[in-house]
Amino acid sequence: MGLLSDPNRRKALTNLLTRLNTPICIVCYLAAIVWFMGLAFEPFTLRTYMSENAMGSTMVEERFSSGERALSLAKEFDAHKRKAGGMPVEWLVKAMQARGLEVFTQSFSRKLPFPDENKERYMVGGRNVYGILRAARAPRTEALVITAPCSPGNSNNQAVGLLLALAQYFRNQIYWAKDIIFLVNEHDLIGMQAWLEGYHHTNITGMEYSPLQGRAGSIQAALALELSGDVITSLDLILEGLNGQLPNLDLTNLFYAFCQKLGALCTIQGKLQRNDWDTAEGYTHAAQTMMLMVLKQACGRSWGDHGLFLRYHIEAASIRGINSFRHYKTDATTIGRLVFVLHRKLVATHKNPSCRCRCSCITLAFSVSLQPSSPGMLTVLTPVVISHLTGVALYLLPVHLQEMAVEHFPVSETEAVVLTAIAIYTAGLALPHNTQRLLSGEGTEQGWKVLKLTALLYLAVLLGCTALINFSLGFILAVTLVPITASITPHMPKALCALAMVLLSPAFTILYCVFIYQELIEAPVSVGEGWMLFLSVISQGILDHALYGSLVYPLLALFIYPCWLMFWNILFWN
Amino acid sequence: MAAPLTLLLIVAVTIRAVLFRSSLAELIVERVEVVSPLNAWKRVVEGLALLDLGVSPYSGDVFHETPLMIYLFHFMVDYAEIVFMIADGITAVALYLSIQTYNKNVFRKQKYALESDRYPADCLELLRSPKEMFYIPLKVAMFYLLNPFTILSCVAKSTCGLNNAIIALFILCTLKGSALLSGILLALATYQSIYPLTLFAPALLFFLQRLYIPVNLRRSSFWFFTLQYAFIYVGSLVVITGLSFFLLGSWDFIPSVYGFIFSVPDLTPNIGLFWYFFAEMFEHFRLFFICVFQINVFFYTIPLSIKLKEHPVFLIFMQIANNLEDRPYPTVGDVALYMAFLPAWSHLYRFLRNIFLVSCVLLACSALFPVLWHLWIYAGSANSNFYYAITLLFNFGQILLVSDYFYAYLRREHHLTHGLYLKKKDGTEATLVLK
Repeated sequence: MGLLSDPNRRKALTNLLTRLNTPICIVCYLAAIVWFMGLAFEPFTLRTYMSENAMGSTMVEERFSSGERALSLAKEFDAHKRKAGGMPVEWLVKAMQARGLEVFTQSFSRKLPFPDENKERYMVGGRNVYGILRAARAPRTEALVITAPCSPGNSNNQAVGLLLALAQYFRNQIYWAKDIIFLVNEHDLIGMQAWLEGYHHTNITGMEYSPLQGRAGSIQAALALELSGDVITSLDLILEGLNGQLPNLDLTNLFYAFCQKLGALCTIQGKLQRNDWDTAEGYTHAAQTMMLMVLKQACGRSWGDHGLFLRYHIEAASIRGINSFRHYKTDATTIGRLVFVLHRKLVATHKNPSCRCRCSCITLAFSVSLQPSSPGMLTVLTPVVISHLTGVALYLLPVHLQEMAVEHFPVSETEAVVLTAIAIYTAGLALPHNTQRLLSGEGTEQGWKVLKLTALLYLAVLLGCTALINFSLGFILAVTLVPITASITPHMPKALCALAMVLLSPAFTILYCVFIYQELIEAPVSVGEGWMLFLSVISQGILDHALYGSLVYPLLALFIYPCWLMFWNILFWN
Repeated sequence: MAAPLTLLLIVAVTIRAVLFRSSLAELIVERVEVVSPLNAWKRVVEGLALLDLGVSPYSGDVFHETPLMIYLFHFMVDYAEIVFMIADGITAVALYLSIQTYNKNVFRKQKYALESDRYPADCLELLRSPKEMFYIPLKVAMFYLLNPFTILSCVAKSTCGLNNAIIALFILCTLKGSALLSGILLALATYQSIYPLTLFAPALLFFLQRLYIPVNLRRSSFWFFTLQYAFIYVGSLVVITGLSFFLLGSWDFIPSVYGFIFSVPDLTPNIGLFWYFFAEMFEHFRLFFICVFQINVFFYTIPLSIKLKEHPVFLIFMQIANNLEDRPYPTVGDVALYMAFLPAWSHLYRFLRNIFLVSCVLLACSALFPVLWHLWIYAGSANSNFYYAITLLFNFGQILLVSDYFYAYLRREHHLTHGLYLKKKDGTEATLVLK
């Protein structure tokens, strides 16, 4: 412990650190960004490797041939859906029973905190229908889930048709050792949340649902199908779930291997894998795919129906069929075969705690003032308390004040909520919360240093914890917040620094992410459309938190924003 | 000083009452950092249920509290929240009064030493003034009551709060000079969890110092007083144990409580060091390592007592702190007890070397404990190694804190006898190193 008890060596080290403070910070920051972008560089990544042998794509034959029947079932489902004006429960129940499944339904209802303008719903009520195919050979302790959503309009009919055709085919096989649940959920994620909460006897989001009559055993894996056309050219695998959780990446590799075996095109993030990784375009392509995944993970919402399964530690992925008008088409039979072999493999796999895919966590180092001074408690506490109170206001007030806002201003509820949030955010900028200036006459030099120390430590701990839970979110916040917060002092030119701080604040980070995301999915938007998208992103974030327990909005409102406000306060210290 | 203390108590009670009524209470009751198999409220409820059914509460190996505790809650289970809040209040007031007494003693000794010119000329700035010492008792009470660890421990209804109250009362009685009450309370604290046994030595040293009996093994007065104190202590312990036997009618509680503490059969993760170690231990060596670990807890008493025999109150602080790191089932409530003492040594601030590092480490670990638990148990992307790493770091931080204060205290004493600006034999400036 020489470093900690020998005063001479300690003095040398602390002198070195204080002298080289700024260069070390800059080097660490740049190294972190370079290292992160290097994740997309092929020689550094571990290409598709299987960490568990049981998940290898061997030893499974597939003989599914009812593709045409799936498509005709899809047309029937569509017709009944239009007639019933929603979920055709009786037809589904009869169809599943005819295929030898034990069928049950669940009804649920939920009132959203404010109307959802993207999906145009406010009071949501519906029914889920699910059928259980019992395992013939084994005790019923584990289950797998295949699910297809019942969406309004023309979407996802083929998914339900394929589900029913698969159910019939699976029924004829005698070797299943796990129960298989075929689930058709209404109102996509809300219905899925109700079903999962009913299955696991939890109630974390305040949903009302009827208890499930039939149950199958602990769920090991889930697959969500989204097929909206008769003709599919490629299959997109969607992994990102709620709060940026991902399933076991062996599932991805398995799916990719099976796609190659069966001759179907598989895309990740809507992009095909390329083999020319040593060229500039190859690297750009890989970097774009990686940035897309980072952005999708960071926003914390579930990009497919599978996302809610991950919270219960069930490996799940969504398969979406895309028709991009290529020459080579995949038909429903191939897709059915794919799903079938995936399930065979998943049934044979036991949950093995050794198959994990750990991402390397890169942490950005910050500069921290190495001169501990005796802190004046009031100097530090006042801005901290006021910042956090503003954060609490930002979290609670938009939803609670929406009726009052609608009375006084000619806006709809959703707009009221979003605009209140933006208003509170901007109002926080106007708070000069160094009240000790009024108390003692002027802000002291030592005061802001202590506040900056506290704020930097707070930010460091916050970003560290965020990066552990949702690495993409932590990384994006770190990249935008660290440069400005590490270098801020009250002595810098106020107007320029204020502008820089506002442009790098969390709200603007969200705005940039919206524009970058649109660029990456090759659908760039103008400024006006981008602003509307930004507003809808905020409303979706608040809704996701209320409906499914996503943590991004509370994190930003209750922790990141107060932290940023503390640095804003330092800028305007005197 | 009664008014600020009352205000502080009101604020503390309000915070705890608000948290008791919020939805966070159910979350906190299950946190492994806050409750352990020895002091979890769920186990107390289980034991009470068994007692109501007429079965011994120790059957089923769930309940590990002492019989006096179960009888206390037998009558007070409906007012459990108030009991824990009152316990916290008693601890805070006891610490307040004891630190007040201690400060008075310290100031009086300093005055006599000044009058008899025992301090070198250049260390006058190290002396303590009444103005600086005036607010220390209030700060101690505040450090205990408003410490997030204490609040979490109270809201989780962990009986660690009651243990802390007994130890605080013991410290108060010791500092006030009542050997009888001190012995009885120490016996009660030892009866609750064995480790306060190590506080026997500092209490004895304090009384010897107070009665001006030199610590000399050849003097009969030393042995006379030691035997008296030991007799009070052991006698109370025997009486309390006998009372427990008569309360429940059997000796079941001895293997369930003390056997459980010594043999560490339950390896639920907590903020201590035992669980991981014994989870990976081969059965063959288990007994050997249990003995090694348990002796480790008691062993530090001997060298610390020899070094700090002139300073028994600081010895009490060091003993409590050391006990915490080495016991099998620590919780954050135990950490809060010795952290409450830190304002009493605020005059050592200029000699502390690692205080910034230690506070960063403790802050980061407290934030990372729930995150890594979540990643391990719920998200499945970490494993026990991650959690144990944070446990190790937390204990490292505590050891660093304690050793830093030890260094600072000894250094100040050294300066008070040898002068503030030390010179080596050749006249250059010397630095003090703790080796």
